Amino acid sequence: MNAISSTAVSLDTLSPGACGTIAALGGTANNDMVDRLREIGFAEGLDVEFLHQSPFGKDPIAVRVGDMTVALRRAEATLIKVNIV
Amino acid sequence: MSSPSLVAVVGNPNCGKSALFNALTGLRQKVANYPGATVERRTGALMGRDGIELIDLPGTYSLTPRSPDEAVTFEVLSGKHDVEQKPAAILCVVDATNLAQHLRFVLELKALDLPIVVAMNMMDLAARERISIDVSLLSTRLGVPVVETIAVRKKGLTELTDKVISSFNAPTNLNIDYGDTIKLRQKAARKIANEVTLSEGIGHKSTRVLDSFLLHPLLGPVILFSLLFLMFQAVFSWAEAPMGVIDTGIGALQGIFSNLLSDGLLLSFLNDGILAGVGSVVIFLPQIIVLFFCILILESTGYMARAAFLMDRIMASVGLNGRAFIPLLSSFACAIPGIMAARSIANEKDRLTTILIAPLMTCAARLPVYTVIIAAFIPNDTVGGFGLQGLVMFSLYLAGILAALAAAAILKRTVTQGPSDTFILELPKYQVPNPRYVFSGLYERAGLFLKRAGTIILASTIILWALTLYPEPPVGADRPDVAYSFVGIIGGWLEVIFAPIGFNWEISAALVPGMAAREVAIAALGTVYSLSGSEEMIEAGLVSMLHSAWSLPTALSFLTWFIFAPQCLSTLAVTKRETGGWKWPLFMMGYLFALAYGASFIVFQTASALL
Ligand SMILES: Nc1nc2c(ncn2[C@@H]2O[C@H](COP(=O)(O)OP(=O)(O)OP(=O)(O)O)[C@@H](O)[C@H]2O)c(=O)[nH]1
Ligand SMILES: [Mg+2]
Repeated sequence: MNAISSTAVSLDTLSPGACGTIAALGGTANNDMVDRLREIGFAEGLDVEFLHQSPFGKDPIAVRVGDMTVALRRAEATLIKVNIV
Repeated sequence: MSSPSLVAVVGNPNCGKSALFNALTGLRQKVANYPGATVERRTGALMGRDGIELIDLPGTYSLTPRSPDEAVTFEVLSGKHDVEQKPAAILCVVDATNLAQHLRFVLELKALDLPIVVAMNMMDLAARERISIDVSLLSTRLGVPVVETIAVRKKGLTELTDKVISSFNAPTNLNIDYGDTIKLRQKAARKIANEVTLSEGIGHKSTRVLDSFLLHPLLGPVILFSLLFLMFQAVFSWAEAPMGVIDTGIGALQGIFSNLLSDGLLLSFLNDGILAGVGSVVIFLPQIIVLFFCILILESTGYMARAAFLMDRIMASVGLNGRAFIPLLSSFACAIPGIMAARSIANEKDRLTTILIAPLMTCAARLPVYTVIIAAFIPNDTVGGFGLQGLVMFSLYLAGILAALAAAAILKRTVTQGPSDTFILELPKYQVPNPRYVFSGLYERAGLFLKRAGTIILASTIILWALTLYPEPPVGADRPDVAYSFVGIIGGWLEVIFAPIGFNWEISAALVPGMAAREVAIAALGTVYSLSGSEEMIEAGLVSMLHSAWSLPTALSFLTWFIFAPQCLSTLAVTKRETGGWKWPLFMMGYLFALAYGASFIVFQTASALL
């Protein structure tokens, strides 16, 4: 099991420029959405970098995860817990 | 006779499956730099080897289908597809620059118990990013052959073909247990990726740099809007000269025929029927080419996914998500591929809404209509450095977009009500457009356009022309002969309906063949006015004939009608196929017709009162 360190925060609370490592995925019972996030490339231990946010209402956001760039909405980003470096 | 062995080309979206399929089969499947370019299966014979058939499938991140296009892939792979046989082997394409992610899918595929060959594609990008991979170790770890390929440069194809053929007899059950949850497969894939990666690479620098401008909070939207604006300016200005040449050519041909032939049926058939009709559509080939060129460039650079990102919030406000913007932008070319592209939208209600509003995006078939009317009624001035005619054109496109957004907002609150899907989209690396794909895309679209002109448009023009001949006018008739013909009679009936929006009998009659294809309306106007006009008027062309025959309010009303343009049989047919019944195509026609009539009525009455 991946220990969630006390400093882990959800990805949606970050702002552009922030970097970290994914500590955990999930939290609530939304398992299907967690699977979708995994399918598109989110996984524990991967580096994430908050790259951009939409000009309109700062939602959705674009992040680098591992070797790819993924755009998603903040609502789903809450499922991604990040250890900031 | 045994049927050919089927090899399924699968992999995550955008890893180069279609490019590889094209290289192996010599076909021209659509290749574009955004996830979800392929939405339908397509088979083709493997070049140079008998008895092997490849099937290109929509990309998918897993074997859990989340949208109709991914369902096709799943059905084919599991042998549940009602047309395709179960594949004999899988050709799994992976992106060498994103190995861990793509390997996870390979591990998932292994559970299907089919022979697998892995094509490690994008090796050119991997080399540029200084990624280095131990291929033979990877092959050992996976227990399947791995071949390095560069699909766009046709590298590695011979070896790949050999491996695919020898895989047919390979044992599949290798008893390597990766676990059966996605989390375990992710772990296993990362372990393998780490092991075989000799050097990590430096990432794709130019993508980072470009995104910092193109997704910039301020510059991003400005650039998106400017790109669309420039696209429509280009459609007007770049195409002007070649269109003039074609126009002169058609006029010259009419002149030659008039000199060669005596007045009579044959001359009228050639000059009024074919040249005035079909010619008035063919003239738009340069504009169509410029428009498709712009769209192909947007699709192949990787900008499409960025546009979806920028538009997500706006799409969300009408109950859709940014993904829907990709099919909608494709609908600028033609609503039909746009409606089909909606298959990549996961949520059924969102997909239906996208299909219903796709015809509001101004398709290329409306370009001829807009251009002729604008040329006839809008002065060729410049305003603030931009052509006035281009500005009007842009406003018409904008009106279509705004109408589509408004329609979506209303539909999502009424007939297609339901929770909407969220937005998750991989943003691909930027690529320099590949001239081969751009050119072959252009060639295909130009060919289709000319084929339409030579078939549907020619046929409807000939029928219309024939219907203008009878019945013959009474003796002492004071109006042009055509007014007494079937076309005149039918136009007269329809005029009763259309008079409140300013359409005369000629326009009303032209709308009927316009059902076959929207640009036929222009061809039909060409024929009708050519028959009723004098010699000098015909020589001056359709634009000046319309200029003298219509009032400005009528012209504006006609333009407004075509923003909504409910009439296009192929769009309705494809909507029936994609929604599985007549309910939605009929609904689509009804609501578009109501919108078109309502908006034209307001424009005509307001303009008539003001002018
Ligand atoms: N540099 C490079 N680009 C490639 C290679 N193969 C494909 N591409 C590009 O990658 C993009 C995606 O290619 P496609 O063949 O459309 O990908 P696909 O896997 O069919 O994508 P979907 O149908 O959306 O799942 C296009 O821009 C191609 O030009 C390659 O080997 N090297
Ligand atoms: Mg494809």
